[in-house]
Amino acid sequence: MAVTTPDGSTVHTSLVQGWGRSFDMKWVVIGLCISVVAWLALIPLGFLIWQSFASTSTAQVPAVFTLENYATAFGTTDSLGLMFNSLKFAFGTAAFALVLGTFFAWVNERTNTPFKSLFFAMSIVPLIIPGILFTVSWIMLASPQIGIFNQIFRDWFGLATPLFNIYSLTGMIWVDGLHYAPIAFLLVTAAFRSMDPSLEESALMSGASVIQVAFKITLKLAWPAILAAFLILFVRGIESFEVPALLGLPVGLRVYTSAIYDAVHSYPSDIGLASAYAMALLLITSLGIYYQSRLSSQGSRFSTVTGKGFRPRVSDIGRWRYATAGIFILYCIFVVALPFLVLLWASLQKYYAAPSWAALHNLSFAAYGEVLAYPGFYGVVWNSAKLAIGGATVVMLLTSVICWITIKTKIPGRWVLDMLASLPLVFPGIVLGLSLMIFYLNFDIGIYGTLWIMLMAYVIKFLPYGMRYNSTSMIQIHKELEESAAMSGASWFTIFRRIVLPLLKPGLMAGWIYIIVVSVRELSSSILLYSPGNEVISIMIWEFWQNGQYIELSAFGVMMITALFGFLMVVQTLSKRFGVKDV
Amino acid sequence: MLSVENLSTTYQAPGAKPVLAASNINFSVPTGRLFTLLGPSGCGKTTTLRSIAGLERPSKGVIKAHDTVVYSSAGNIFVAPNHRQFGMVFQSYAIWPHMTVFQNAAFPLQVQKKRLSSKDIRDKVMKVLAAVSLDHVEEREATRLSGGQQQRLALARALVMEPRLLLLDEPLSNLDAKLRDKMRFELKKMQRELGLTTIYVTHDQSEALALSHEIAVMNEGKIVQIGSPRDIYERPANTFVADFIGTTNFVEGTVRGGADDRLVVDTRIGQLNVNAQPGISIGANVSLSIRPEDVHLSDTAPAPSSNSLFVGTVRAKVFLGECQDFKIDVNETQLLARAHPSVRTLVGEQIHIAIDPEKCTVLAA
Ligand SMILES: Nc1ncnc2c1ncn2[C@@H]1O[C@H](COP(=O)(O)OP(=O)(O)OP(=O)(O)O)[C@@H](O)[C@H]1O
Ligand SMILES: [Mg+2]
Repeated sequence: MAVTTPDGSTVHTSLVQGWGRSFDMKWVVIGLCISVVAWLALIPLGFLIWQSFASTSTAQVPAVFTLENYATAFGTTDSLGLMFNSLKFAFGTAAFALVLGTFFAWVNERTNTPFKSLFFAMSIVPLIIPGILFTVSWIMLASPQIGIFNQIFRDWFGLATPLFNIYSLTGMIWVDGLHYAPIAFLLVTAAFRSMDPSLEESALMSGASVIQVAFKITLKLAWPAILAAFLILFVRGIESFEVPALLGLPVGLRVYTSAIYDAVHSYPSDIGLASAYAMALLLITSLGIYYQSRLSSQGSRFSTVTGKGFRPRVSDIGRWRYATAGIFILYCIFVVALPFLVLLWASLQKYYAAPSWAALHNLSFAAYGEVLAYPGFYGVVWNSAKLAIGGATVVMLLTSVICWITIKTKIPGRWVLDMLASLPLVFPGIVLGLSLMIFYLNFDIGIYGTLWIMLMAYVIKFLPYGMRYNSTSMIQIHKELEESAAMSGASWFTIFRRIVLPLLKPGLMAGWIYIIVVSVRELSSSILLYSPGNEVISIMIWEFWQNGQYIELSAFGVMMITALFGFLMVVQTLSKRFGVKDV
Repeated sequence: MLSVENLSTTYQAPGAKPVLAASNINFSVPTGRLFTLLGPSGCGKTTTLRSIAGLERPSKGVIKAHDTVVYSSAGNIFVAPNHRQFGMVFQSYAIWPHMTVFQNAAFPLQVQKKRLSSKDIRDKVMKVLAAVSLDHVEEREATRLSGGQQQRLALARALVMEPRLLLLDEPLSNLDAKLRDKMRFELKKMQRELGLTTIYVTHDQSEALALSHEIAVMNEGKIVQIGSPRDIYERPANTFVADFIGTTNFVEGTVRGGADDRLVVDTRIGQLNVNAQPGISIGANVSLSIRPEDVHLSDTAPAPSSNSLFVGTVRAKVFLGECQDFKIDVNETQLLARAHPSVRTLVGEQIHIAIDPEKCTVLAA
């Protein structure tokens, strides 16, 4: 645009130059993003596929193409058992978590059960009790040897054989299902809330009982969402590492994740076999995620939200509300109170002993001192902090640009970017760890064995979370806000920094905090990528467990849970002040 | 028959201050009558209806249907909505999208306590579907119905259970104008034929006037007038009702004198004769409500009568086909008038106005 100034000369406004520059800058940033994401998401995957077809190379024999790994991974009765175990475990976990979560969602949204304000508070618990601690605490509660439950039944009822055996498929499903139920609760709650309340009210007016309304209307209408939730939980279950590793491996009950760990850690390690298992796992998770996204995109078929923003009325379920409250309290006991208390108890002992009057006299804080004095303790915490904060920052910034490209521009092929950034959803942590490990072992650019490779794993793993947080808030930013900034002559980079990022802030902050919390608990990728001197918190817990240092583990666990809880509380208070909604 | 006594409903959202959405509502509906709750948006019509349905729990009052008490704050009685046997049509129709037309209509029979054979159910459902002329689409997915069909399905679903009371919440507001007129007649016909005691909620005054036996006009959670459609229209109890029901001219004035059953009111447009009213004495400040169609216009001076006569200037006029709307200045006050198309006076010319004392409603100012 040329403008004639009062003295008659023609000048090019800065707008032209601004656009010119911003145009270049924009493409540089976009190009960079695409290559970074492609490099992060695709290369390890490609290499993994290649490895699964390669024989194990040794100093003498180079790797050659082979189908042997697949033959071992799928062709033997042993491997069939592995697949069945994996599917049974994932199915059981998902079903159990879904039934619990759906029940709680219904109780919370549709009935007059007391203590309802606790339901949402409960849903952040799995966030602050890492899977490994939860599993360990359940071993202390229900293992045949040291489990408190079994001891109680033995002492009180004189049972000769232990009643509960946590080292079993049922035990695994129980532990993981309890832990995942809040995810189901949140997903189903969202579905219940998006429902037009008059659909249920009209059923009530037709004379249907509260239960009939729940089964014939509410659940039927939420069915697509419930099915999608099931698939998400199924994928979580099949990716789950802590529970199968701690509860399954000791009794030879293997699923894909623990089999991969086993193959890598056996001597000599069998990378080819691990890769073939990883491929099987990837296939299952990809199918799960694919169907889930298809369901979600058509799931809105039934959700006819009306303009009225009022919540549906809750049904008076009479005396049953004590039963529903009771079940909820029981759940809280199983998922928070008992695990935390048993860890607390163990942490206060000198040698691990089940709770008793005698043991009560041996309480001491020695374990805490020991953990704090542990060589490398501060290094480990510092590593975790660096990785969590670094990873969260990189993910949120990177995905904010990606979301801007996929949502705000019309660049052809932007869906590829979207897809690439969401691709890590299908990587189970252990598969991601495996693929990064073998790739950077083979292409040594000096990051294998350092914190950098773990940072990379975290960034890849949490990219999809960043996408989710950023895209939700990006959609809400009106195009005209940017355009008006552009019209005032700002360059693209300035617009992004001064307009887009500040507007994204609530989502950015929420995502950032979430990723920090999940990074601190990350175990399944780290387990294959850490090296001595580069441990992180979850690895330290893992090592305590392997060394049988239960007391130290418990003390460390109690400190970690308290710290995470404190962190979330501080964040909650701060975010209320600064307008960041739910973490 | 339904009676509602001293009903109040408060919404108490956690952390918000309570909203008294309906306060001290009293009315009763004789069997077979259609009773309308009419009022502007947010005045508490839906709240009242939902309280009767049992979907909201009132804070006080008594609700009786056919002499059974379904709600009483004093007696601590609250019959759950699914045990009241009231049929209800929601504003959004609330047609279940996961069922066919037949399944939607059959639902109330399938869930009721009294078990019916599937043949009985089929007969009953087909009968109501025929009554709302949906029998030809019984197998269709309910989501693939037009708006009008959905409305009729919602009605069929409410009727199939042979309700003791039919509750309708703005059942026509989601339809386009043509269909709305048609459905209004059908609804009226059906209600009269079946003799169903009905409560009808609407914010559309013409709908209320056309359908109802009796109307309750609501404002800010209270009933401000109850009466027959004609009562409400011709003798509004206050300025709110007069203003809300149709358009009207308000003329402020002071009562000067009177003879027999007549009063003379001094206003800015001149002296007006009105019917005497109990409670209105000489010297009182009043507001007169005069409907536009009661402002009689003529090109030439009319013969003297008890009517009040004025001369005004036509400011604007709109030809509407069967009538024309005028804006007329009388002594610098504007009057709206609706006249027969035969009136020929042009804009800017003088026009003669006659106002019948019978048609002036005197309201306390
Ligand atoms: N569930 C609720 N919680 C809190 N306030 C409510 C709720 N439902 C209605 N209200 C408030 O109560 C008042 C009356 O609402 P109601 O829905 O009865 O109005 P209405 O007369 O039906 O209006 P409309 O014609 O818009 O449907 C309004 O101020 C509304 O905002
Ligand atoms: Mg309403």
